[in-house]
Amino acid sequence: MTARERIAGNVAGYVDDRTGAAKWMKKNLTKVFPDHWSFLLGEICLYSFVILLLSGTFLTFWFDPSQREVIYDGGYQPLSGLKMSAAYASTLHISFEVRGGLLMRQIHHWAALIFMVGIVVHLLRVYFTGAFRKPREFNWIIGVGLLTLGIVEGFLGYSLPDDLLSGTGIRIAEAIIQALPLVGSYIAFFAFGGAFPGEAFIPRIYTVHVLLLPGIFLALITVHLMLVWYQKHTQFPGPGRTEKNVVGYPLMPVYMAKAGGFFFIVFGVTAFLGAVASINPIWLYGPYTPGQISAGSQPDWYMGWLDGLVRMAPPLETHAFGHTISWNILIPGLILPGIMFTGLALYPFIESWATGDKREHHLLDRPRNAPNRTAIGAMALTFTLVGLINGGNDIIATTFHLTINQMMWFSRIGIIVLPPIAFVITKRLCLSLQRADRDLVLHGRETGRLVRMPNGEFTEIHEPISPEKAWLLTSHEQIAPLELAELDEAGVRRPSAIKNKIRNRISRATAVAVPKASETERRELEEHH
Amino acid sequence: MSNEIELIKDPGLPAHVHRRADSDPAAAARAERQVAILFMLSAAGTLLLIYSYIFVADDKFVFIPVLGQTNVHQLGLGMGMAIALFCIGAGAIHWAKTLMPDEEVIAHRHEFRSDDEDRAEFIKTVKAGAGAAGLGRRPLIKRTLGAALGLSALTPLLLLRDLGPLPKDELSKTSWKKGTRLVTDPGDRPIKAEDLEVGAVAQTLPELAQGEERTLNNIGKDAVLLIRLRPEEFNLDAERLSWTYQGIIAFSKICSHMGCAVALYEQQTKHLLCPCHQSTFDVTRAAKVIFGPAARPLPQLAITVDAEGYLVAQQPFTEPVGPSFWERSS
Repeated sequence: MTARERIAGNVAGYVDDRTGAAKWMKKNLTKVFPDHWSFLLGEICLYSFVILLLSGTFLTFWFDPSQREVIYDGGYQPLSGLKMSAAYASTLHISFEVRGGLLMRQIHHWAALIFMVGIVVHLLRVYFTGAFRKPREFNWIIGVGLLTLGIVEGFLGYSLPDDLLSGTGIRIAEAIIQALPLVGSYIAFFAFGGAFPGEAFIPRIYTVHVLLLPGIFLALITVHLMLVWYQKHTQFPGPGRTEKNVVGYPLMPVYMAKAGGFFFIVFGVTAFLGAVASINPIWLYGPYTPGQISAGSQPDWYMGWLDGLVRMAPPLETHAFGHTISWNILIPGLILPGIMFTGLALYPFIESWATGDKREHHLLDRPRNAPNRTAIGAMALTFTLVGLINGGNDIIATTFHLTINQMMWFSRIGIIVLPPIAFVITKRLCLSLQRADRDLVLHGRETGRLVRMPNGEFTEIHEPISPEKAWLLTSHEQIAPLELAELDEAGVRRPSAIKNKIRNRISRATAVAVPKASETERRELEEHH
Repeated sequence: MSNEIELIKDPGLPAHVHRRADSDPAAAARAERQVAILFMLSAAGTLLLIYSYIFVADDKFVFIPVLGQTNVHQLGLGMGMAIALFCIGAGAIHWAKTLMPDEEVIAHRHEFRSDDEDRAEFIKTVKAGAGAAGLGRRPLIKRTLGAALGLSALTPLLLLRDLGPLPKDELSKTSWKKGTRLVTDPGDRPIKAEDLEVGAVAQTLPELAQGEERTLNNIGKDAVLLIRLRPEEFNLDAERLSWTYQGIIAFSKICSHMGCAVALYEQQTKHLLCPCHQSTFDVTRAAKVIFGPAARPLPQLAITVDAEGYLVAQQPFTEPVGPSFWERSS
C-alpha cells in the first residue's frame, strides 16, 4: 500500500510541477455532490451521448453516405438485384456482413432513444423540482437547446439509411419546408439541391449528423456540466440541508466510482437492448422510392407528438392572390412547436416575473409545494401526450379495434379539453397533498391500532412523526402574493395599472397554498388533548 | 405575524448509521469478494464476445422463447458485450456503496453575487473600458461598423446560393403530356382497359421515351394510381367524368397534404387513404377529402385510349401535384 500511495503522490506532484493544478485539484477532487436517484437522469444523457459517439464512429467506417444508385448484390437475398442508393446498400452491408455491425447499429439507435428519454425525464425532474430557478436559468436554456437539437439529430440519424420508412419522413420534412410562406420552395430546392428527393440530401445531412451537430452538442454539454460544477448541484430539502450548504459525498473516491460505474451500467444495458431487441430493421422496409410506402409509418417517439399534431390538424388552406398558405402544415408543424419551445425556454423568467422572487435557490421544491408550476407542467405534458397518442393513432386503432375516426376525434377534442382539466386536477391534488402533510405533522401517523376508552368510545392511536420528517414537511417557504399598486398615492390609476393587475392575479394564483403546520399549532393541539 | 408563530426546527443531519462492512471485517471481506466476482463475470462476458466473434457462424439460428428465431452470432456478441460492461459498472458501484466511506460531508455554498465593492469596481471597469473605446462619442465609427458587420452577414447567404437551382416551374409540372402512355410500375408495360378488373388498383408511371432514364425525382411527381369502378358508381361532373375511361379513373399518387404515397385503397368504401396522416379521399367524387388534414383533392389525370387501345393521358395534370407551396395558385 505504501508503495502505491507513493506512486499516486509522485503522479500528483508530476502533474502539479507542469500545470500548477494543485490548488484547484485539492478543492475539486473532494467536491461534494448530493445523492438522489433523480440526479442520475442527466448522467444517463451524458453517457448515452458518449455511447452514441463511439458506436456512431464505428458505423461511419462502413456507411457510404451517397444517393448514387447501385444494384444490390449483398448477402440479404430478398433484396438481391434491386436498385437502391449506396447509403441503403451500405447499411445492409453493415447489418449483414460486418461482424458486430448490426449490434452496433442497434446500440446506436437504442442509445439515441435512451438519450432522448433521458433528456426529457431529466427536464421533467428539473422542472417539477424548480431546479431551473436563479442562478440556473442559463443551464435551463442550454438544456432546452440540447433537447431541440436532440430531436433534429435523431431525425437526421434515422433518415440516413435511406430506407422506405425514413425516406417518407424526409418527404414530410420537405413538405414542411415547402409550406413556408414566400421562401418555402426556394429553401426546399436549396436544401435538396433541386426537386425532391434529388441526390444531394443524404450526403448533406450526413455532414450535419456526424460533424456539425455533434460538435455543437459537445460544446453545449461542456458548458452545461461546467455550470453544474461551478454552481454546485441543487439538493432536496431535508434535515441539515440548507440554501447555504451542500450535503453529500466527495467526488474522490465515491463519486468517481459511482459515476464511472454508472457509465458502464448504461453502456451494458444499451448493449443488452442492442443484443436482444431488434430496432429499425431497415431490410424489411426496402429502399426508398417516392411512389411507395408501408402502412403504419411511424417516426421515432420523440417526433411522434409532432406527427400526431400534424395528423389531427383540420384541413385548412388559404388560397389568395395566386398564393397558398397551408395552415394544416404550418400550425402543427412550426407554429405550435415554436410556441411550446419558446415557452419552455422562457419559463424560469416567466415564473420569477409572476412570483417576484429574484433570490437564489439551491434547495429543490417538492412538486406539491409549487402547485401552479406542477399543474402547468402536467398541462403541457398532457398536451404532448395527446399529440403522441395521435401520432400512433393507426397502430392504436388496429391494436384496440377502434376506428381512425374515433382516435382522431378523441385527439382533436382531447388536445383542447384535456390539458386544462389536467391543470385543475393537478393543482387540487397538490393542495390535497399539502393538507395531508399538514395533518401528518399536527396529528401524527395513523397506527391502525384502535383502543376503547373507559367511556366506551373507540379511537385510533396516532403516533407523532420523527423530527426529521416534520422538518421535511414544513421546511418549504410559502411565498406571499405580490401586491403591486394599481393606484398611485392620489388614488388615480397608474400608467402600469393593467400590467400590475394581471401580475397580481397571476401571483395570487401562484401563491395559493395550504398553510404549513407550525410548532405553535402543534403545541396548541397538545394542550387541547 | 411571522414573529409570533414558531416554526418547526431543523433537527440537523441525522447521526450516521454504520454499515456492517464498516465494523465487521468478515462482512468487509465478503463485500470485497462480491466486487471481485462481478469483475470476473465481466471478464467472462468479454470471453463470450471473443468466442462468438471467432467461432460462431453468422448464419446459425436458435429458437429462444420471447425472442423467437435468434441469430446466435449476433446474440453472443451482444450478450458478451452487455455482461462485460454491466458487470464492471455493477462491481464499481457495489465497491463504492459497501467499502468506500459513506459518511455525508457538508460543503458550504456562497452566494454568486460578488460583494458590493467588487461589483462597483467591475461596473466601473466596464464603463471605463467602454468609454475608452469611445463608441458613444464617435457615431461615425459605430454606424460604419454596424453597416459593415450587417453587410458581411450576406456572405454566407450568398455563398450558399449554389446549394440548389431555383424552383422555377419544377413543382408545377410533371412528365405527363397529351398522349403519354400509362405503364405499370414495376414492369413498364402499357395497360389496356381490359387488363384492369372492376375494383382493381394499379400503380402506373408515364412511359419512357427511347433512351430516357427514370429518376426518383420523376417518380416523386409522376406516380399515378389507376382505379376501376363501375361507371355508374361515379358521382362526377360532366368534365371530370370525361376524364375517366370505362370506369377507370386516374389520380396522382402523391398526397396533396405532405407528399406521401397514397397507397391504401379500401375497395368496399372506395376510399383512398394516406398512411402518413390518414387523409382520406373519396374516389367516386374525384378524390374529394372526406377526412384528415389534407385540404385539397388528389389531382385527377384525364385519361383515354390511343389507337392501339392502350391507356394514355388526355392532357397534362391541370394543377401541380403533391404538397402545397407558396407559389401555388389554387
